[in-house]
Amino acid sequence: MSDIENLKSELLAQVEAADSLQTLEDVRVSALGKKGAITAQMKNLSGLEPDQRKAMGQALNALKGDVAAAIEAKKEAMADAELNAKLLSEKVDVTLPARPETEGFIHPISHTIEEVVAILGEMGFEVAEGPEIEDDWFNFTALNIPDDHPARQEHDTFYLPGEGTNGRKVLRTHTSPVQIRTMMNTKPPLRIIAPGRTYRCDYDATHTPMFHQVEGLVVDKSTHMGHLKGCLIDFCRAYFGVDDLPVRFRPSYFPFTEPSAEVDIGCTREGGEFKIGHGDDWLEILGCGMVNPKVLENCGIDSSEYQGFAFGMGVERIAMLKYGIPDLRTFFESDLRWLRHYGFQALDVPNMVGGLNP
Amino acid sequence: MKFTLSWLKDHLDTDATLDQVVERLTMLGLEVDNVEDRAAGLEGFVVGEVLEAQKHPDADKLQVLTVNNGNETLQVVCGAPNARKGLKGVLGASGMYIPGIDMTLKPATIRGVDSNGMMLSEREMGLSDEHTGIVELDADAPVGEKAVEVMGLNDPVIEIDITPNRGDCLGVRGIARDLAASGLGALKPLGDGPDGRVKPMDGVFDSPIDVKLDFPAGAESACSQFAGRYVRGVKNGPSPKWMQDRLLAIGLRPISALVDITNYSTWDLGRPLHVFDADKVSGDITARLAKAGETMLALDEKEYALDEEMCVIADNEKAEAIAGVMGGLESGCTEDTVNVFIESAIFDPVRTAQTGRKLNLQSDARYRFERGIDNDFAVDGMENATRLVMELCGGEPSNAIVAGDGPDWQRTLDFRPSRVKSLTGVDVAKDEMERIVTVLGCSVDKSGGDKSDAANWKVEVPSWRSDMVDEACVVEEIIRVNGYHNIPHVSMEREDALPHAAVSSALRRRRGVRRLLAGRGLIEAVTYSFLPAAHAELFAGEGGVPDSVRLSNPISADLDVMRPSLLPNLIAAIGRNDARGHTDGALYEVGPQFAGDDPDDQTLVAAGVRSGQAVARNWAAPARAVDVFDAKADAIATLEAAGAPVTNLQVFAHEEGGPQWYHPGRSGTLRLGPKTILANFGEIHPGVLKKLGVKGPVAAFEVFLDNLPAQKAKKSQARPLVKLSAFQPVERDFAFLVDASVEATNVERAAKAADKQLIADAKLFDVYEGDGVADGKKSVAIQVTLQPFDKTMTDEEIEAVSAKVVASVKKATNGELRG
Repeated sequence: MSDIENLKSELLAQVEAADSLQTLEDVRVSALGKKGAITAQMKNLSGLEPDQRKAMGQALNALKGDVAAAIEAKKEAMADAELNAKLLSEKVDVTLPARPETEGFIHPISHTIEEVVAILGEMGFEVAEGPEIEDDWFNFTALNIPDDHPARQEHDTFYLPGEGTNGRKVLRTHTSPVQIRTMMNTKPPLRIIAPGRTYRCDYDATHTPMFHQVEGLVVDKSTHMGHLKGCLIDFCRAYFGVDDLPVRFRPSYFPFTEPSAEVDIGCTREGGEFKIGHGDDWLEILGCGMVNPKVLENCGIDSSEYQGFAFGMGVERIAMLKYGIPDLRTFFESDLRWLRHYGFQALDVPNMVGGLNP
Repeated sequence: MKFTLSWLKDHLDTDATLDQVVERLTMLGLEVDNVEDRAAGLEGFVVGEVLEAQKHPDADKLQVLTVNNGNETLQVVCGAPNARKGLKGVLGASGMYIPGIDMTLKPATIRGVDSNGMMLSEREMGLSDEHTGIVELDADAPVGEKAVEVMGLNDPVIEIDITPNRGDCLGVRGIARDLAASGLGALKPLGDGPDGRVKPMDGVFDSPIDVKLDFPAGAESACSQFAGRYVRGVKNGPSPKWMQDRLLAIGLRPISALVDITNYSTWDLGRPLHVFDADKVSGDITARLAKAGETMLALDEKEYALDEEMCVIADNEKAEAIAGVMGGLESGCTEDTVNVFIESAIFDPVRTAQTGRKLNLQSDARYRFERGIDNDFAVDGMENATRLVMELCGGEPSNAIVAGDGPDWQRTLDFRPSRVKSLTGVDVAKDEMERIVTVLGCSVDKSGGDKSDAANWKVEVPSWRSDMVDEACVVEEIIRVNGYHNIPHVSMEREDALPHAAVSSALRRRRGVRRLLAGRGLIEAVTYSFLPAAHAELFAGEGGVPDSVRLSNPISADLDVMRPSLLPNLIAAIGRNDARGHTDGALYEVGPQFAGDDPDDQTLVAAGVRSGQAVARNWAAPARAVDVFDAKADAIATLEAAGAPVTNLQVFAHEEGGPQWYHPGRSGTLRLGPKTILANFGEIHPGVLKKLGVKGPVAAFEVFLDNLPAQKAKKSQARPLVKLSAFQPVERDFAFLVDASVEATNVERAAKAADKQLIADAKLFDVYEGDGVADGKKSVAIQVTLQPFDKTMTDEEIEAVSAKVVASVKKATNGELRG
């Protein structure tokens, strides 16, 4: 048996010493091949006594397995080493820049409108839309703004040459005509918001001839001015992300609401830095009121049965306040630097449960 | 609207502080825009009297003054030409800050003479730009007194924004009335007459000028009442200091007592007046409509052409005033005026507004008439003016003349006290409701019964509140005066526990498109809906820009037409960024375009542009300019995000009806069927880019979201069952030789159609023209994917399908399999 032990150590040493796949193959052939050392010993088994043959056979089989395993292990180790060497030769400079990609953004106006919809949607409002070239009647008369009313002059209306079935064509000065169209076509109860482009013939540091509004409208049998206050205070606090934001309602005048109010939020300009929240100052952000009964009647809604509220705010204005954008005019300049800076990522979808103000 | 605190207190009996008044005004809806405390920073300056004025020994233009400040005398070197002995002016002492020149006074030696103070000009006080000399105070100004007191500056000026409905608050008295209603003091009676009205004055002769109202039927409202009075023997001159101080405080220039009286009445009582120089009036006065071709030289020294819709006040010869807007220059009062005729009339708000607009003539009078003045105050206004004329200028009054009865302003509103709570959620006691409307000037008749809550009150509206027209107005007045802070905060409740979708499927589609495009590396822009006509014409299609979308009053010639396409503004934006050195911009916009002025002409489009390099210069791959296929990919991805059936899209080359603003060889349209165009895509025509002044290339797409098939409301969110084969797909490549004019899509489509069961896809991966391919031919290589579902395909089966592919392509394109 010591012969076998000797053979084993000799063969394993040869395996260990092999330095290439070829020498390893030579070792395999010399051990396990048809004319190999182990094979030769196997052939001799038939000449032995049965009990000796059995013991010898087992020993030889074990030897065969050990040597084969050693060769296999050596082979793997050699392949790994080879691969490693190959991979090392493939080294690149990982500090090279990645391939160029361009990143897109969502405009702050779109984002802000989606924020407003996300908040008011939770309160049961649905989005409504309408044409931007309107008939005079929808933009003014139906809203209780008669011809020659000073309020109409304050709108700085853009006119078009045509006449519609309901008066001269104008660019809508607010999204209120959407409210009119909705009230005429839908039976109350109603809860809608109308975001969209609006136009006024005015251009200076704080006015652009086109801007965006979101207006809201509720019509049912019981909604009163307390609900208006609740709705807008809740809205402002959610939008600006300030739970205890001071919100103040002041009497004002709009022909289409009665009573009417303007809404201020608290702010401070201490130390030259503007901040929304508790402070010594107020900032006007929107107008609102209870829908004037005349407007309801103009839309065929019985004002002795139904009532409701309406509000309107400038999208750019609330975006400027929230995101610290200093100049209204820049919204429409399409300056790539501005858009990349103030824009929002494609997948940044505003919603309440996801956290509106992360 | 501007006034001073002391002016307000002429009408309001109150102990309230400035801060209280300001706070209350805002909470009443009379929004305080500004409070100007003109005395701030000037409190230290005193009245100084020049006792001596000597020429400076060493300077021609300087004097050495000896000035008494009440306690002592100071030596002051002064360069003002009007400095002289006896003058009383404003003295600043060493150590005081001079706001107008932003410096603090120090004792100084000027050309060898000590100077221990400064006599100030208005500019140095920060009051005006006046700097021709130092301030000259009245001779009786007490020496040593605070200058701000003497100059009338210690009276803060309050400026408020008046909403268009509150014509009654365009006079100080109206504002006082609102404050009184809110409990901040009591309204003082205006005059000694009954109900605090102005007591009529007894005339001592009959006016030599008579007044007629002469209007055609239907136009009587133009001037429904004219109250006038002749005052003879007046002496015009400067108005008294108190009146000048107030007028100056609100930014009006004192002119003469007679003129100042009219301005004062306008701002004090909201009662515009006119005072004619009676000697320049020829014959009687008639309020009438202007005659065609009539003109008038107004007080602003401009000639106005009048028309037959405008109301004028005329004498026997010509128009002497544009009613409610502006008086005439020729019959206006001057220093020499001795006889006057006072006009206090009621003009129609609408006609006055129209007249002013047509003439482009704004005035304090027009501003008030068009917002509605007190309809029962013309006579009081005339009486009050007469009193002021006689106080300030003397003279004898004639008997009053009143023509016309005034408008029919009386109005009684039905009001249910319960409506306050149901409309606003506020609890206001009925007594308080009654108090509020009464102080505001309404009278309340509760005889309708006060038993049930629904019982009506009859509320009579006062003559100065033509804006109160229905019950909601009464409710508003009550909760306004009661305070909006008392409105409860009631959060909105929704009908169901969980929110419903707030957006329609079309809107959701639009949002998806926005996010997709931003995800593809384009940046969203929002551009104006209007643009220069020249740009619009390039994108208007056949027939050009219709006149119906040309603005009648554009804000500038550059923004005069509604956009026929989103592209010109986006391309122009690319050009602007380019010019700043920011190249390779990729912008998109989702918004409306306008083919006409009808609601249906407004369509929603998602459009985008990519410019310059699609792949920027980099170490890893070659740079590449943008091209038609960038635009095509954007268009198809957009359509897919919008839910269009993209597998059914057909691609049409430009010559099959592509818009002219695209490159004729590198653009196309995507359609559903031959007529429904869902998208344009391609490189922008270089000629168009040139006209827009933009360097190319620019690849663009326009997806017409309104042309997409409407999304049907789904009954179920379940999707069709997915079919996944257990067998490996087989891929086979084919190369066909076809005529160079054959469109690639036909080869793909023919291959796909060869066996609809087995062929899952056919994709073109190479096109080759050149060596080895005959002239006029090209080689098109496609990869066909076979997907068996029931068993693995045998070689024979694969061969059979391959033969079908070859046959189908040959039939469709006459293409031959390349050997």
